[in-house]
Amino acid sequence: MTTRYALVVKKDCPTCALIEPLIPLLAEQVDGGLSVYVQDDPAFPGNFDAIDDSELEFSWRNEIEIVPTLLRGDGANCERVVGWDRAEWRKFSGIGDLGEDLAPHRPGCGSRTLEPGMPEKLAARHMGFGARKVELAAAEDDMETCFERGWTDGLPVVPPTPERVLRMLGGTDREAGEIIGEVPPDRVPCTIEKLAINAVMAGCKPEYFPLVIAAVKAALDDRFCMHGLLCTTYFSSPVVIVNGPAATQSNMNSGVNALGQGNRANATIGRALQLIVRNVGGGLPGGIDRAAMGNPGKYTYCFAEDESDPDWPSLAMDRGFEREDSVVTLFAGEGLQAIVDQQSRTPESLAGSFAASLRTVAHYKLFGLADAILVISPEHRRVLREGGWSKTDLREALYDRLRVPGQQILRGADGVAEGMPERLRNKLLHKFRDDGLHIVSLGGGAGMFSAIIGGWIAAGERGSQPVSQRIE
Amino acid sequence: MTNATLLDPTAELQSAERQLTPRLASLSGATVGLLDISKPRGKEFLDEVESLLEEQGAQVKRYSKPTFTRVAPTALLQQIGAECDAVVEALAD
Repeated sequence: MTTRYALVVKKDCPTCALIEPLIPLLAEQVDGGLSVYVQDDPAFPGNFDAIDDSELEFSWRNEIEIVPTLLRGDGANCERVVGWDRAEWRKFSGIGDLGEDLAPHRPGCGSRTLEPGMPEKLAARHMGFGARKVELAAAEDDMETCFERGWTDGLPVVPPTPERVLRMLGGTDREAGEIIGEVPPDRVPCTIEKLAINAVMAGCKPEYFPLVIAAVKAALDDRFCMHGLLCTTYFSSPVVIVNGPAATQSNMNSGVNALGQGNRANATIGRALQLIVRNVGGGLPGGIDRAAMGNPGKYTYCFAEDESDPDWPSLAMDRGFEREDSVVTLFAGEGLQAIVDQQSRTPESLAGSFAASLRTVAHYKLFGLADAILVISPEHRRVLREGGWSKTDLREALYDRLRVPGQQILRGADGVAEGMPERLRNKLLHKFRDDGLHIVSLGGGAGMFSAIIGGWIAAGERGSQPVSQRIE
Repeated sequence: MTNATLLDPTAELQSAERQLTPRLASLSGATVGLLDISKPRGKEFLDEVESLLEEQGAQVKRYSKPTFTRVAPTALLQQIGAECDAVVEALAD
């Protein structure tokens, strides 16, 4: 027999105590009878045999937010009144003189299903997951288990419990089961839920999750060539650059030590991408990852650009987006090389320093192989600004300074065997392919230092091209 | 305390059980450690194991724990790990 009415209460609620005397009357008079579910003390109410819902399953399944809630019917046809409102209860129950002695109106209390942490706990208990569950033995340490199963990059991870994964999934509107693409090298279809599990392990907050999703989408774009980038013996790996409001909203660092440690968003968003390639894609160092040396950025390499100067276009704007767009750009890059210039007070002089340093990317005599990112500090940006140079002026000056006659950089020139092939002797060679030099700005206010992030020596269509992805 | 449950972060291409360390394909040319846990008659037992292993082409190294009542000291575990391809731990009494 289906119960037509159900009442959800808890003892620890003055409004539930207020309506307690009405319960036997309701049970007697409403059509189809009444079931009472109590969230805390099964001895309550004292005048009626209630069903113990201290595990909160009934309350959770019926999305109870307030107690008391009086329900009629079930499923999609379920109607309800919440709190105590005499007129509404009379209409709802069909009992014309219900609660004559009570105050006409009292708000209810919060349902126990909404206590802090409880929604995730209940969802984890009652909802299904796509990922299989790994049950640990009583004596197993959850952190050590993650190491033993090969799930970590060598640093501890946050154990991916169902509750944490559900909270992470709360960071996006996408369905947990949505397939976002195939992750190399194993080319495994990857769900949003798998991304969430790895984002938990990396230490992300749910609010970072849309950035992780965008970074993964960019990595899976064929132009980025994630598979080849992973396999290469070269140093390079994904570098994640964030532009737009999402960077500020996530409290990312684009200032002092922006390329270093210490900021949770910078550290964990980049790490999540690496863990996804490792765990979902199966890209393990020494396995498919054949890097001769690697680089420390393979733990995480993620930062935001300083966008405080409205006259300085961001990397995302260079790539066709607007200032107000939130964008993740992936670049196949290696470690960091410093450019010290504490003497230049004119843009021309500074451009000379930049160009001479940029020439050494990969090798001073190898041209057109690797892209690069030039990372300009605020103090160097000031020199450019005071000299009246825009970003475009700088780009053009660098272009001019990074062209050399082929004969200067041939194999064997300077007594160095490495270099360009003989057939290029009479060509004018460019250090970077067209659109191969990217410029970002970040860093603390003190220090006349800029930096270079060299790219993979398979840049462009034969290897990796930078990919930008809007954060949604 | 209830046991923890974790969600598998991998593509689930392998068993959910913990994986065994890869087995040796052959004993020939392998270095096998014999760890005496220091119970009586462990030496006699391991002498026998040693000759059987050597018949199959393994090189044998002998180790012993200071006392069977405690787990092996970390330094000894690291030494065996560095010097051997496999280890047999002897229980005897």
